[in-house]
Amino acid sequence: MDKTEYNYAIVRSFVNWSILWGVVAVLVGVLIAFQLVMPELNFAPFLTYGRLRPLHTNAGIFGWAIGSFFALFYYMVQRLCRRPLWSDGLAKFQLWFFNATIIAAAVTLLLGYSTSKEYHELEWPIDIMVVILWVIFSINITMTIVKRREEPMYISLWYMLATLVGVAVLYLVNAAEVPVSLFKSYSAFAGTNDANVQWWFGHNAVAMVLTTPPLAVFYYFLPKSTGVPIYSHRLSIIAFWSLIFMYLWTGAHHLLWTPVPDWIQTLAMAFSVMLIAPSWGSVFNGYLSMKGQWHQMRDNYLVKFLILGITFYGLQTLQGPSQAVRSFSAFIHYTEWIPGHVHMGAMGWVSLVLFAAIYYLVPKIHGRQLYSIGLANLHFWLALIGQLINSVSMWIAGLLQASMWHSLNPDGSLTYTFMETQVEIYPYWWIRAISGVIYLAGMLVFIYNLYMTVQKGETVPAAAAQTA
Amino acid sequence: MIWEKNPVLLLVLATGAILVGTIITMVLPFAWVNTEADSIASVKPYTPLELAGRDVYIREGCNNCHTQTVRPLVADVLRYGDYSKSGEFVYDRPHLWGSRRSGPDLARVGGKYPDEWHYQHMQDPAGFVPGSNMPAYAFLSNNSIDPEYTRKKMEVLNFPYTDVQITGLTGKTEMDAIIAYMQKLGSDIPWREAVAAEIVGELVNPYAGVDHATMEAWEHLYEENCAACHGEHFEGDIGPELDGASLEENDLFEIIYNGVPESGMPPYSSLGADKVWKIVNFVKYYNIGEDHQ
Repeated sequence: MDKTEYNYAIVRSFVNWSILWGVVAVLVGVLIAFQLVMPELNFAPFLTYGRLRPLHTNAGIFGWAIGSFFALFYYMVQRLCRRPLWSDGLAKFQLWFFNATIIAAAVTLLLGYSTSKEYHELEWPIDIMVVILWVIFSINITMTIVKRREEPMYISLWYMLATLVGVAVLYLVNAAEVPVSLFKSYSAFAGTNDANVQWWFGHNAVAMVLTTPPLAVFYYFLPKSTGVPIYSHRLSIIAFWSLIFMYLWTGAHHLLWTPVPDWIQTLAMAFSVMLIAPSWGSVFNGYLSMKGQWHQMRDNYLVKFLILGITFYGLQTLQGPSQAVRSFSAFIHYTEWIPGHVHMGAMGWVSLVLFAAIYYLVPKIHGRQLYSIGLANLHFWLALIGQLINSVSMWIAGLLQASMWHSLNPDGSLTYTFMETQVEIYPYWWIRAISGVIYLAGMLVFIYNLYMTVQKGETVPAAAAQTA
Repeated sequence: MIWEKNPVLLLVLATGAILVGTIITMVLPFAWVNTEADSIASVKPYTPLELAGRDVYIREGCNNCHTQTVRPLVADVLRYGDYSKSGEFVYDRPHLWGSRRSGPDLARVGGKYPDEWHYQHMQDPAGFVPGSNMPAYAFLSNNSIDPEYTRKKMEVLNFPYTDVQITGLTGKTEMDAIIAYMQKLGSDIPWREAVAAEIVGELVNPYAGVDHATMEAWEHLYEENCAACHGEHFEGDIGPELDGASLEENDLFEIIYNGVPESGMPPYSSLGADKVWKIVNFVKYYNIGEDHQ
């Protein structure tokens, strides 16, 4: 029997904080969704759409997603290496420094200290905090792996290591800037170069923060939840290496039809389409791991979250490449279609997998049973319905917007003025705002269920909890 | 496999895999972009006031709703103006191309409207443009520009400036600055002259003798496109009062279709001849024979 004393306290703390930041992200998302249809909800100067939207994305990406990955990586790395964390002290420091960074980020964004670069709005002093955070996290994870007691490294560990180096490279290059004062800097790159660097960063933040970490989580928690191993190890290897190789070529698909040189756009388009293969490698690996286990979709709520999560990953990685094709991009880019796409990834793929992992892990590390499977199911449906309404309403709005923007009269003039197209979108923006409320309700059910689990869940004998 | 048992080797290999695409699509392009080949001589750096305005634009996150790149697509060029060229952005640190048009593209907004239009619009966009959902930025008028801080910014960016320009910032507000920036956008190249529509053949009013009830249906065209400057009842405000009786149909058409750049009147050719004719008839005949308040 394994007697290792794992550090679960740090996992617990990161889970709690990440959920808090997740609620902030969704709350701000709901507020800015309503601002688009009710401009009087903008309270200048601090609470305007322009300042709140970066807070929404940063709280979602850095607070909720990365916060959860800190928790889950620390959990997985100990289990997969069969040893406690390399440094508990460093992890504890990281927890408090993480929260300090997120708070500093939130405050400065509301004050208007922003670089304007999407998903990299934080000004240089907070950039430095992020770098420190990532370095100590990377050291702790890497050293734990180096000193592991289980020789082969499981798939999740590959994705974790790739994440560490990927984020480091992306963040450092895109952060290159010249400070003017404590909270103001200018980019080291100008114009078209700046745009190309920014979207190399922007798209690969999706790779290294919103793809490889949730895949690490998926590859660990799916077998844990179903009790059967991953279908093909060889497929995992091919999917892993081709994914991390191909992703970095695709950033310029955000810049199709801009002044960025055509050959970069063409490479980005080609590699985006090629990315379908490694993405679906993981999707198929997930589906085929369910062979003979599909009944668990009915009787194991964790599997429902995970399989729907990987399904949305599959849909996301088909829709994404289609948007990266020049002709379709010409039509759909800059419309509301894109937030529909992004939210399928964020609310569908990433968050559903995170919910599953947290539902699995919280009872385990507290030595209790989940308080209510019924409430977990309710959360599942609220999340699924909220996400689908969000994405579908934005896809329809985007198609409508695109059709109207491009529509020409027989004499070659534009059929619609901008405002004529704008007012047609309002009903869809209303629907999207309501979808956010549904998703938020799901989050509250999630939190209530976890709280009651910790307070009142049936206890599980300590030994069973440790080895399960 | 060996890398599955060696985390350091895995890290090295993963870094290599990541760097290939990075070097080819991110590092290499520096040899193509912002070079002699794509430079445009008429493109000038920002003045201190424009730069201060640009920083207000960044602070308020305007790029979350407004793009600044016109694509070489028919509808984009018709709606916004000449497509964007790489050489126009060499002084942009950071770029502000944006990713979504929850508001219109602004790459060519410079010179489109007179300053006064922008002052009134920023004050209360939703009240100024019917149906707009843009937040109000009236508070910018209360914030003054710091001349010395702006000088420091000019130094960091290595932009040329004069002391007169810096002292001239005294008393300027953030509203003045952002409007100066708006007027600079896209106007370094002489694209307006290049794309000005030319009217060929004889102008014939297709709606001659139209009745009052028909014109009423066109009122929204006037409200959306003209009322902000010429007043809801033709009384004038930013633009002159409109006296239908003294204007010839064909002259009115030309003024609206091509604009009068010297006076701040924008061209409305992108509406198409049909809508412009409707507006011409509405302006000229709507209030004749009726008490129009």
